[in-house]
Amino acid sequence: MRVSGINKSFPGVKALDNVNFAVRKGTVHALCGENGAGKSTLMKIINGIYKADSGQIFLDEQPVEIKNPIQAKEHGIAMIAQELNYVPEMSIEENLFLGRLPVNKLGKVDWKTVRRETIKFLEQENLPYSPTQKLKTLTVSDIQMLEIIKAISYNAEIVIMDEPTSAITNREVEVLFEKIEQLKQRGVSMVYISHKMDEVFRIADDITILRDGKTVETHPASEMNLDQVIALMVGRKMDNVYPKEEVEIGDPILEVEGLGSKGVFKDITFNAKKGEIVGFAGLMGAGRTETMRAVFGLDPYDEGTIKVHGKPVNIKKVSDSIDQKVVMLSEDRRRYGIIPIRSVMENASVSSLDKIFYGGKSHPKVERELVSKYFEKMNVKTPSLETAIQALSGGNQQKVLLAKWMLRDPDVLILDEPTRGIDVGAKFEIYRLMTDMVEEGKTVIMVSSELPELIGMCDRIYVMNQGRITGCLEKEEFSQEAIMRYAM
Amino acid sequence: MKKSHTRDIIQKYSIYLVLLAMFILCAVVNENFLSVRNLTNVARQLSVGTIIAYGEMLLVIAGLIDLSVGSVLALAGVLSIATYQGTGSLALGFLVAIVVGVLCNLINAVLVTHFDVPAFIATLAVQMSARGAALFYTKGQNLLQLKDYTIFGQGSVGPVPMPIIFMVVLTIITWYIMNHTRYGRSLYAIGGNEGAAIASGINVKRNKYITYVINGVFAGIAGVLFMSRVNAGLPNGAVGYEMEGLTATIVGGTSFSGGVGTTMGTLAGGFIIGFLNNIMNLTGVDSYVQQIVKGGIIALAVVVDIRSKNKKTQKVILAADDNEKEKEKEAAK
Repeated sequence: MRVSGINKSFPGVKALDNVNFAVRKGTVHALCGENGAGKSTLMKIINGIYKADSGQIFLDEQPVEIKNPIQAKEHGIAMIAQELNYVPEMSIEENLFLGRLPVNKLGKVDWKTVRRETIKFLEQENLPYSPTQKLKTLTVSDIQMLEIIKAISYNAEIVIMDEPTSAITNREVEVLFEKIEQLKQRGVSMVYISHKMDEVFRIADDITILRDGKTVETHPASEMNLDQVIALMVGRKMDNVYPKEEVEIGDPILEVEGLGSKGVFKDITFNAKKGEIVGFAGLMGAGRTETMRAVFGLDPYDEGTIKVHGKPVNIKKVSDSIDQKVVMLSEDRRRYGIIPIRSVMENASVSSLDKIFYGGKSHPKVERELVSKYFEKMNVKTPSLETAIQALSGGNQQKVLLAKWMLRDPDVLILDEPTRGIDVGAKFEIYRLMTDMVEEGKTVIMVSSELPELIGMCDRIYVMNQGRITGCLEKEEFSQEAIMRYAM
Repeated sequence: MKKSHTRDIIQKYSIYLVLLAMFILCAVVNENFLSVRNLTNVARQLSVGTIIAYGEMLLVIAGLIDLSVGSVLALAGVLSIATYQGTGSLALGFLVAIVVGVLCNLINAVLVTHFDVPAFIATLAVQMSARGAALFYTKGQNLLQLKDYTIFGQGSVGPVPMPIIFMVVLTIITWYIMNHTRYGRSLYAIGGNEGAAIASGINVKRNKYITYVINGVFAGIAGVLFMSRVNAGLPNGAVGYEMEGLTATIVGGTSFSGGVGTTMGTLAGGFIIGFLNNIMNLTGVDSYVQQIVKGGIIALAVVVDIRSKNKKTQKVILAADDNEKEKEKEAAK
C-alpha cells in the first residue's frame, strides 16, 4: 500500500499536508507522532471514514478510491480504531456480525449460521466466552482483544492498528504480538500506531514520523534509536508567541500531598507557588485531568491532603474549592464548560450568583457591569450580552468561561488544555491572562499536551505517566525530549 | 441591524402576541366571550392547571419532569378533606394537603437524585402508587359533604374568586423565584448543561430536591382547589392533569430539552389553552373534536417554537462567522 500527496483540512486547521507513506508487503510499519500530528486522521482517510481533499491511495500500485469503511473492507483493509466501536447491550455474536447479519430470502436472520460461526471463531481464538454473553460483561481489554481478532479475521491484507495496546494487559500484548508475527508470515501488511516506543522498536520493520500533518522521515527501524525518533516527533521550531514575564516567585499557594484515587492516580505530590506558572505534561490518559478534577472537587479522592495558603482544606465539591479561591477551566468545554442555550452573560455569572442575588432580589445592573468589565479585560467578542454562548466561536466561548472564573478573583487558576481547538489570537490572549494572573501574585496551573506551549509559558513542569508524577523539570532543564522521556 | 432587532423583539414576545390574537379572535367569534362572567369563569377553570404548570415548568427547566402530579393532587385532596372532616379545621386540612404533596415529591426526588432513576420513570411509578393510595384510603368511594371546605374553590374575596387569588399569588411567587433568587438562575444552568452546572459550583442535587418540594407544595394547593371546586373528595379525580400542566408549560415556550422557560410564558400558555377550551365550548364544538383540535394546536405551537429558535441560532452563528472572517482579513493586512 502506498499513499501519495494526501491533504486534508478541517475548519481552521490543516490536518494533513502532502503526506506520503508506503507500507511494504508483509511488514509492520510504525507511525509515530505527537497527539494531533495527524496519525489518526491519515488512518481514517485510508479506512474511508474521512475523505481526503486531494491525494491518492495505491494498492499494489493500482490507484483505488475508498469512500467508506465497507469499501475499505472490500479492498482488504481492516482497521482497529483507537476508540472501540461496539454495542455494549448486544451479545458477542451480534457484535461480531453487526452490519453483516446473514439473512435468507425473506429477510429472516439466519441465527444458526451466526451461532455456528461465532462458536468456531471463539474456539479458534481460544476465547472462553459464550456467544450470547453481552459485551458489557467483558472487561475493556477482552473487548479490545475481540475487536483486534475480529478485524484480523476478515482475511485482510492490510491491518491498521491505532493504539491497540492502550487498554490490554501485558500478557495480551504478547498474544497480540504473536498474532502480528503470524500475519507477517502470511504476507499481511500492518500499520502500527503507538505512543509506546518499546513496542514500536520491538515489532516495527519501518518507522515513519509525522509532525504537524507532514511526513518528516521514514527509516528502517533498525537504523533508528529512541532519541532520534523523539527528536523528530517534537522537532518543530519554537515560535516566539509566549508573552512570558519574569515574576518573583513566593510561597506555595496550593500544596497537594500524596493524593490518590484508586485505579486512577496515586502518590500525587506537587505545589504551585505565588507568581508561578506550573505545567503538567503527559500523554493522553496519564491522569493529569483526573488529578486536577479531584483537586477542584469534581471527582472524589481516597487519600492525601490538599493545602491552600498552608492550611489543609477539605474539598468535597466544587463550591468548596471555589470558596478557597481555587478554580478550574475544564478541558471539555462542551460537557463541563458552556451552557449552550443560555446567554454569554449568564454563562459568565453562573459561578458568582452571590454577587448578583442578594438582599432578596436580583441586581441585573450589577451583573451587566461585572460581566462587561471582565469581557473587556478578556477581549470577548460577542454581538450582545444576551447572545446565546453556542453562537460564539470556540475561542470566544473559552474567554467567556475564563471571565466566569476571573469574576471569582481566584488565587489558583487551573487550566486544562486551555488552548485546544482555538485560534492563534485567542491563544495569545489566554497566555496574556496567565501572565497577568501571576503578576498579581496568583498562581496558574496549566495542563497541556502541547509541549511548546508548556515550555514557553511555565516556570516548572511536572510530568505524569500512568497516574503518577514521574518527573519535575526546572526551567533550565526544559526540553521537549526531556519531557517526552518522563512521559513514556 | 435595526430590522433584525425588531424581529428579535417579536420573537421574544411571540407567545403574548399569539395570546392577544387569540383573545381578539375569540371576542369576534362569540359575543358572550367578553362578558365579565365568562372571563372570570375561564380564569377560574384554568387556575388549577396553571398552578400545576408552574411546578412542571420549574422541573422541565431543570431537565426534570413530574408525571405523578395528577395522582398526588388526588391523594393530597382526599387526605386533606378527610382531615377537615375529622377535625373541623380548614387550616389543618390545607396543611395536610401540602405535607402530602411534599412527601410524595420527596419520594420523586430521592429516586431521581440518589438512585439516578430517570425522572420520567420515577414519577410514573409514584403516579401509580399515589393513585392507589388515594383509592385504598377512600376504598374507592367519593368523600362527600365538604361544607365549609368549598370556600377554597368556590368562595371569593369581593368579586374575585378564590382560585384566581391563589393563581395570582403563586404566579408572583414563581416569578420571584425564577427572577430574583440564585436557585432560579441555577435551574436554568442545571437544565442547560448539568455537567457545566456542577463544574461551576452549583449544588445540583440540592436544587433538584428543592424543585420537587416546591412542585409538591403546588400539587397540594392544586388538590385543595380542585376537590373544593367540585365539592367532593374524588380519589379518581384529576387523572391526566400532569398533561394539562405540561401542555401549558410547553405551549408557553418552555423547552422540553431544559434550560429555557419563563413564568409569564407559562401563564400565557395556560390562558391560550383556557381560551381555546372556552371558545370551543361557547361555539358548541363537539367535545371529541375539541380534543383533536387541542392536540393539533400543541403540535403546531412546538413546531413553530423549534423552527424559530433554530433560525435564530443559525443567524447568530452566521454573524459570528462573519466577524471571525473580518478579523482574519484584518489580521492578514
